[in-house]
Parts: sequence; C-alpha cells; structure tokens
Amino acid sequence: MKLLVRGGRVVDPSQDLDGPFEVLIEDGHIAQVAERVKGIRGAQVYDATDLVVSPGWIDMHVHLREPGQEYKETVRTGMLAAAAGGFTSIACMPNTKPVIDNRSVTEHVASEAKKDPHARVYPIGAVSKGQKGEELAEIGDMVSGGIVAITDDGLPVRNAELMRRALLYAQHFGIPVIQHAQDLDLSRDGVMHEGEWSTRLGLPGIPGSAEDVMVARDLILTEDTGGRYHVAHLSTGRALDMVRGAKARGLAVTCEVTPHHLLLTDKAVADTGFSTQTKMNPPLRTESDREALINGLADGSIDAIASDHAPHHSDEKNLEFSLAPFGIIGLETNMSLCLEKLVRPGLISLSRLVELFSTGPARILNLPGGTLLEGTPADLTLFSLKRSVTVRAAKFQSKASNTPFEGWRLRGRPMATILGGRIVGTPPTA
Amino acid sequence: MTSDPWTRKDLLGIAELSTKEIELVLDTAESFREVSERPIKKVPTLRGKTVVNLFFEPSTRTRSSFEIAEKRLSADGLNFSSSGSAISKGETLLDTALNLQAMAPHLIVVRHSHPGVPHMLAERLEAGVINAGDGAHEHPTQALLDAFTIRQHKGRIEGLKISIIGDIEKSRVVRSNIHLLSKMGAEVTLAGPRTMMPAAVEKMGVSVAYDLDEAISGADVIMMLRVQLERHSRMAFPSAKEYFNLFGLTRDRLKKAKRDVIIMHPGPMNRGVEIASDVADGRDSVILEQVFNGVAVRMAVLYLLSGASQGEA
Repeated sequence: MKLLVRGGRVVDPSQDLDGPFEVLIEDGHIAQVAERVKGIRGAQVYDATDLVVSPGWIDMHVHLREPGQEYKETVRTGMLAAAAGGFTSIACMPNTKPVIDNRSVTEHVASEAKKDPHARVYPIGAVSKGQKGEELAEIGDMVSGGIVAITDDGLPVRNAELMRRALLYAQHFGIPVIQHAQDLDLSRDGVMHEGEWSTRLGLPGIPGSAEDVMVARDLILTEDTGGRYHVAHLSTGRALDMVRGAKARGLAVTCEVTPHHLLLTDKAVADTGFSTQTKMNPPLRTESDREALINGLADGSIDAIASDHAPHHSDEKNLEFSLAPFGIIGLETNMSLCLEKLVRPGLISLSRLVELFSTGPARILNLPGGTLLEGTPADLTLFSLKRSVTVRAAKFQSKASNTPFEGWRLRGRPMATILGGRIVGTPPTA
Repeated sequence: MTSDPWTRKDLLGIAELSTKEIELVLDTAESFREVSERPIKKVPTLRGKTVVNLFFEPSTRTRSSFEIAEKRLSADGLNFSSSGSAISKGETLLDTALNLQAMAPHLIVVRHSHPGVPHMLAERLEAGVINAGDGAHEHPTQALLDAFTIRQHKGRIEGLKISIIGDIEKSRVVRSNIHLLSKMGAEVTLAGPRTMMPAAVEKMGVSVAYDLDEAISGADVIMMLRVQLERHSRMAFPSAKEYFNLFGLTRDRLKKAKRDVIIMHPGPMNRGVEIASDVADGRDSVILEQVFNGVAVRMAVLYLLSGASQGEA
C-alpha cells in the first residue's frame, strides 16, 4: 500500500525542510521525502498542489470528557474533531470521571481510541490519586498503560512537597510534570482576569500573580530536583519571563500557550456583553500579556501551541457568567486562527507555526510524530494558505460548540489529515 | 412629548448612555416629581402596561421604590422573587425569564447578584429590561437618582468635586456613579481601604485617595457607601471599629469639605461604621431626599422605556 503526496510545499521544521517535495508513504510509514521520489509504481496519488504538507499536527492539551461526561465529548467525537481540524495526535487530560489516575482508566481511554482510530490519543495521567493533591498516583503503572505525562490540571498541585516528589518520581519514566499553574488562594472565586475590565464589569478577578506565584515556586522545585516541568496554557508575560530565565539557566522547562490567549484579551468579556464564551481558566489576560506571548512565540521561549479544548454542553454555557463553566473548544479552529492571525500578518513564520504544533509538542511529550523523517509513522497534515473558512460551530465534529470565534472569517484551513498513511480527515467545505 | 429621543429597549447601565440620554431621564423625572407631591399620587400614563419586578436578591428599598413608581403610573406590577419561585428547584435563569416572557409583560425590572444577568435577559427577551442592580457591576437608577438629587441642590453637576468613600470593590452604585458623574463633567475622587479598591480603577477616569481627609477636602458632594465587611474575606479588613476610625465620616472630619457640602448614602446605612449618626441625620444630609427622588426617577425610566419598547412616541 503506497500513497504519493505530490505537488505540495513540504514544511518540516524537524529537518529544516521548506520547499517543493514529494512524500512517498509505504505501509503506514514515511518511505521517502525528495524533490522526485523513486519507486512510485502502484502508488495512489494525492495531488497537493497549492497545499502545505507538514508533519501531523499535535494538540497536547485536550479534554475528551470520557469516561464520565460523554454528553460533552467522547473519545470518538474528540478524534473526529481532531482529524477535521488537521490534528493527527492529541494528548488528553486526566480530569475525567473517574479520574485517569490508574492503569485501568488509562487503558479504557486508549482502547476507546483504537476502536475506530481517527487520531492517536495519548492519555495524560494524574499526579495524585483522584487529583486530590495528597498522595502520588500509580504513575509507573499508568506509564505502562500508555500515559505520556502527568498533571492534576484544573486542580493545580497546591502542596509544594507533593510537587517536589512528583518532579523527582516522574524522572524514573522520563515524562514531564505538567502544571496548570495557579495559586488557588489568589484566584479565589475569580471568573476573569483581575484588571481594568473586571473592575468595570464588577466581576471577581483572577490576578496574573496567581499564575506567576505558582510558576515561580515550581521553577525553584524544578531546579532543586532536576525534574522536567511543563507549564500548561501559560498566560502572563511575567510567567513567560520566568520560563525564559529558567531555560537560560539550563532547566528542563517547557511551556505551551493557547490560540485564545494569543488572540483575545480580557476586554472581550465586555465587548461581547458578558458572553460565557470568553470565560476560561486561565482567563483572557491584558494586551501587554498578549503581546508578550506573541514575542515568546517568535523568540523560541514558547515550545508549543495547544488548544485546551474544553467541551461543555450549551446548557452549561448558557448560565450566568459567574456560574458558567470555564473553557472553550479549539481543535477545529486552532489552525485557521493561527494561520490568519499569526502567520499572515508575519508575526511568526509558517515553519515556526508548524513547529509549535508538531515538532514542539512531540519533543515535550516524547512522541514518535512531529517529523517526516524516513521510517517514522506517516502522520501528515495538509492545509491551504489561501482557502477561507467561516467558523460555524454547528458544523463541528466535536459534540460541543463553545467557541468565542463563531462567525470569524479566516484564511487558511486544513484540507486533509493523514494518519498512518490513511486519509482520516477531509474537512467539510465552507 | 412630540419628539422622543429615547430609543433604547433596555436600561442596562450608565456606561453606554450619552449625556443627552442622561439629561432626558433627569428632565423627565422633574415632571414626575410633582406627581409625588400631589394629594392623589397617581397618573394614568402606563395604564395597561405590565411590569415584572424580578428580584433574585433581597431588596427592600429599590423594590419598594420601583413598586411605588409603577403604582403611581397606573402600571400593573407583579413581584417575582427568587425565594418563592422555581429558582430553588433548579430552573435556569433563562427558563425563568422565558416563562415570564410568555406572559407578555412590557417591562422587566431585574436585580441579581451576578453581573451581566440583565444583559443576558435583554438579549433574549422582547420585554424591555431595567437593571435594578447586577452584582458589583451597575445600578443605573441609583446613579440617576443621585444625579437628580445633586442637580437639585447644586443646580449642576459639571465642575463639582464629588468624593465617593467606602467599599469600592463590591459596590455597583459606585460604578454607575463614576460613569454618570464623569460623563456629566464632575471631578470624582474615590477613597477607601486599599484592600477594597478594585484593580486599575483609575482607568475609569477617577482619582483615588487612601485617606479620608484628603478625599473630602474641598468636596461639594460626599457619597458614603455601605461597607459590608461580611462580603469580604476576613483578609480584607480587621473590624468595623477599625473601619470607623479610618474611614468613618464624622462631624469633625467633615470640616475639611466645603461649607455647603451635601452628604449622600445609597442605603442601607451602617451607623457607626461608615457614617456617624449626627452626620447621617445632620443638616448636610440629603439621604432621605435621595429616596424621595428615587420614585420620580424610576417613574421617568419606566415611562421612557415603556414607550420605546412598544415603538410608541
């Protein structure tokens, strides 16, 4: 079984490739990448003229809600959304019900993903049993079951001693500890960023310092333990400065940012008249934070872009702002938003964007993808820089429709998603 | 009125109003004030109009004021409060509102502890929505009646030095007043403990002081806010006694203000916490006039919105 992808512009940051190349796929693996590949007899041909061909995109921060909240999303609908959005791999967070804090729940998620695979699904395990922040979960056992990192995500590891132990223990397995960096005493009952707009709207705020204090603490612990630490959805300029400084000192520290923190600010809560689609955690920050994050993309301080895809039912989002749950979905808007708002204005190069969405997360989580090197699994994302799309949540493959980007007209969109040599995602035309 | 420049379906806040709209409400209230002074305090203006008073948070003053305003305009008022409703049975806010909508009221007056609730209702309901206080966000009719009272005593708002003192962070009254008073050209100074001052509040176009004497020096108007120590975590302020020592308005401290200063308070007052009794009851106090004027201002708002929501002149 051979597939030849020809006519496209191949962008592979892992090999510093950017140019007109052909990609030959054989038996689910990359066989050759060359200006003119050999041995194409019998190959099915995919005409990628006018398209960009890149390593399969990876979203390293996704909530699949299964088991326990299948009315919001399932492993299957999450995979379909990934394939439609140009993602061949997703890493899913452990805050399910029950929590992914043991091998059997890990294996349940992994086996659901293998029933009708539309994406590679990599579970992330909890740091602590029940995400309670008290005792370490059976991390080694979960690694055997397939987890690629640990985090207590929405319930940040509050206890510094537990964090220190986790940073030490995770080193046995070579996996990073991911932290939703937030001091819960400082964030209290906050529902948006604390600043001018929370003051104007009378909404309780979450100060930037809630994130900064936690990152500062964790970096000290990372330095002392020699552990691997990853900041999830980093949102403040000051936290980014600390990560940048830690990297310069040689610590094994990485971070991701979300498209919404790169594109929107806390003012959106006012501009949308309290739309709950602007409520997420960490909250949308200030313009100066947003600019700092964009600079971090360009200067290499940020390692990945991830969506924090957080599906919620519309009944839940249709509540009072203070009562609605935090979070928005992103798998099916990530690419178009970033192509339109980051690459097209020249804030970052196309190759850098591909890196942030493939090679970068693959490196952090030690995944096999993120490259088109010969012999690796044939996960490819094909996309157009010219074709436009209008965001219509009603057309999403995801079960959820909680997005603040409804109606946005964006240039650049996924065209085909190839998973292990098989075309799994051809997004609907719009 | 031949030309009615009021075009809004709802009154959600002061932030979005123009000075012309504010003046229209105040001028309209002047004509309704007279109704409250008559022996028979009733006009047929809103006969046949239904107004729902939808209160999700306890309120005596504001609700009574709206109710009286509705009665004086001959509107049919219905009181709906959360305690006796389906809210406790787990019905969502939107469902409650849609059920009320199905009964075809003309106006809904809403009070809720969460900011943005009136906006959420206004977007989805045909009825005009009047915000009677949404969390710490806005309380537009309070700011309008405050402005009405100030105008009555000072003849103007422009150029006045107005100090607002107390728990700024949790106050919806202060936010509506900041918008209104600065739009009308007053110079607004806020004062209170640093632990009760919301982030970046100076970006709303006000000065901030952390000392009572400094804040009231040369003031034409002093507006005291209710301090609800129980609404803050215990970390915000140690005690009512300490509050009074630092920020309580006393006759002695009042000497720093202008001789003809007026003292205002949106109520309910905590005597001996933010304000001494002899100030609250003293000759400079216009606190009960505010309450009296509240009825006229709310009559004006109900009148203007009932016309707009029906597309009538």
